[in-house]
Amino acid sequence: MTSTTQPLDSAQSRSTMAPLRNLMRDYPVIPLLVLLIALVAALQILQPGIVIGDDGINHRWISNTIKFAVPLAILAGAQTMTMITGGIDLSVGVVATMTAFVMSTQVASGLDPALAIPVALACAALAGLASGIGVAIFRVHPLIMTLAIALVVEGLLLVYQRGMLGVSAQIPEIIAWLGTKKSFGVIPNSLLVFIPVALFIGFTLRRTGFGRNLYAIGDNEHAARLAGVRVWQVLIVLYVISALLAGIGGLVYVGLIKATTLSLAVPLMLPSVAAAVIGGVSIFGGRGGYLGVIVGALILRVVTSMLTVLRIDEGARRVIFGLIILGVVALYVRITQERQG
Amino acid sequence: MTAVTSALGSADGGSSNAAAKRFIRRNGWVLTLWALLGAMFVFTKIIQPDYGMAAATILVLAALPYAFATAGQSMAIIAGGIDLSMAAMMTLLSVSAAALMEGQGEEFGIVAVALVLLLGLGVGAVNGLSVVITRVPDIVVTLAFFFIWEGAALMILDSPGGAASTWLKDLIIGSVGADFIPTEISKFLPKALILLVVALGVVWIPLRRSKLGLSMYAIGSDKLAAHRSGVAVSRTKVASYAFAGLFAAMGGLVLTMNTGIGTPVQGPYLMASVAAAVLGGVALTGGRGGLVGPIVAVFILRLARQDLTLMSVDPNVAQVVEGLIMVAVVLVGATVALRGRRS
Repeated sequence: MTSTTQPLDSAQSRSTMAPLRNLMRDYPVIPLLVLLIALVAALQILQPGIVIGDDGINHRWISNTIKFAVPLAILAGAQTMTMITGGIDLSVGVVATMTAFVMSTQVASGLDPALAIPVALACAALAGLASGIGVAIFRVHPLIMTLAIALVVEGLLLVYQRGMLGVSAQIPEIIAWLGTKKSFGVIPNSLLVFIPVALFIGFTLRRTGFGRNLYAIGDNEHAARLAGVRVWQVLIVLYVISALLAGIGGLVYVGLIKATTLSLAVPLMLPSVAAAVIGGVSIFGGRGGYLGVIVGALILRVVTSMLTVLRIDEGARRVIFGLIILGVVALYVRITQERQG
Repeated sequence: MTAVTSALGSADGGSSNAAAKRFIRRNGWVLTLWALLGAMFVFTKIIQPDYGMAAATILVLAALPYAFATAGQSMAIIAGGIDLSMAAMMTLLSVSAAALMEGQGEEFGIVAVALVLLLGLGVGAVNGLSVVITRVPDIVVTLAFFFIWEGAALMILDSPGGAASTWLKDLIIGSVGADFIPTEISKFLPKALILLVVALGVVWIPLRRSKLGLSMYAIGSDKLAAHRSGVAVSRTKVASYAFAGLFAAMGGLVLTMNTGIGTPVQGPYLMASVAAAVLGGVALTGGRGGLVGPIVAVFILRLARQDLTLMSVDPNVAQVVEGLIMVAVVLVGATVALRGRRS
């Protein structure tokens, strides 16, 4: 991997890319917002009237974009927190689906929504606990561990579904209201869930000792351990939180989609990683914040709208998203000269 | 099979004492796996007294795609990487094979097979080149390609379809039928098993004995040391991923042979390939293990699944149990790797 051109390469980039590097490192939100506005402008050009119509700004389009961005941003929040420690959570899609499925079938079989929601979230927390134990105590790579847990949860969900064959899923009023409806004609109700969640993530990362420990572990786990951080405890709590966030995202998403299937939130898995990566969270750990990720989720929604306008099908969409992840990570490695592995 | 084992095993003899010790330990684990597989066959015979060659042939057929996926995964892991796009590559290559052979004559099948194998090498090389060029960790790059190859498969076929030549499908069904082999022997030789041993052997035995094979182990165990002793690290890395892609192509072809069509949905081969490689003695840290262990491990895991079916466990529950076994294998494997690193 040590190519011969590298010293020359980095010397060049140090002189020309330094301002850009500092900007992306310290305030990733600014270039991201510029990118978001540019994409929205491009979308308006591709399909005139979609953003700004004859009678001013198209509120419907904006609130729809936000409505679809909210569950994605919540799942990306789980991704943000795990990625800051140098991990990743590939079980978010399955855990979100499981939470929504358990909740809606329990409601359909007569459980009060006020009880069904905590029960479903408890299931999510259990999945997170399992991942956390594997990552924290057995030191399995988080990617492999969460993938394996996703496999097990998927199997358990199938078993559970067999036991629930007679029950048709039912989405409680409150969930549908949160997921789909708008207040005052423009403000999506899902923001009622999203704003507390975002504040929680932001506060945890910036203002708590737990958050600082996450950055410390991602920066240098060995140093963090020497400094007295109980890494295994932090990681277990982290993966439980991550699964809970995934569960909340799943509940909002099922309110939006209003149909419970066994692959409900699975398509959100890849975009959740992409949103975090675009939002400036280093996939190697130690760097990133949630604000950028929120913009990243919005960017992905706008890109999705563009791909829809351009009539690009699902396969090509996945290829493009995969290439975006690879390209952005490669760019970050180049710009910040951050090397690991 | 035992002849093949010893031939493969003896390839890594060393002159120094440490190498000899490692040789014994490594083969000790493979022998343990063989014994475990034998014990499991005995167990199977006990719970199902009429378990015979027919059921064993089904086992081999079911194990084929897993075996190729595991072989490919082992290539990547031995060279110090990991290929999370393994199942996606298999899907892409299976779909490509099915799409190529649709509406074509029987003879075109051979061209299609050659094209798909080449495509596999190419797809794997793209993975490897991306790892080398972007300097992003293997696990992240191949995660991106997990989605890219999956999307590419969907672009080729958006729903299950395509076709496979008849002779190709016959290649893995039943047992070897040659006049000079008496039926008493040939019925113990499922074609699928022969295909597996030949396909893996043709690639692995020369590779294992070559300079390239040695380089793969070298960059897997210590990249810097390998670089300093003159190994072309980048080129070896790309080659290891290309071989992973070649095995993925074989796996994809087997999928198409098995079903007669291509399905643009990933099978459960990614986790299974990592678990079988780890169980087979390929250390996740790289530089350790061979191909015999992982392939025996594949049969152990598949037989466990078959036993669950024979014990009439609900298929969904069986999937959970299988998943838990894999999780356990990876947990123990990671712990062992951690110990190795510490000592």
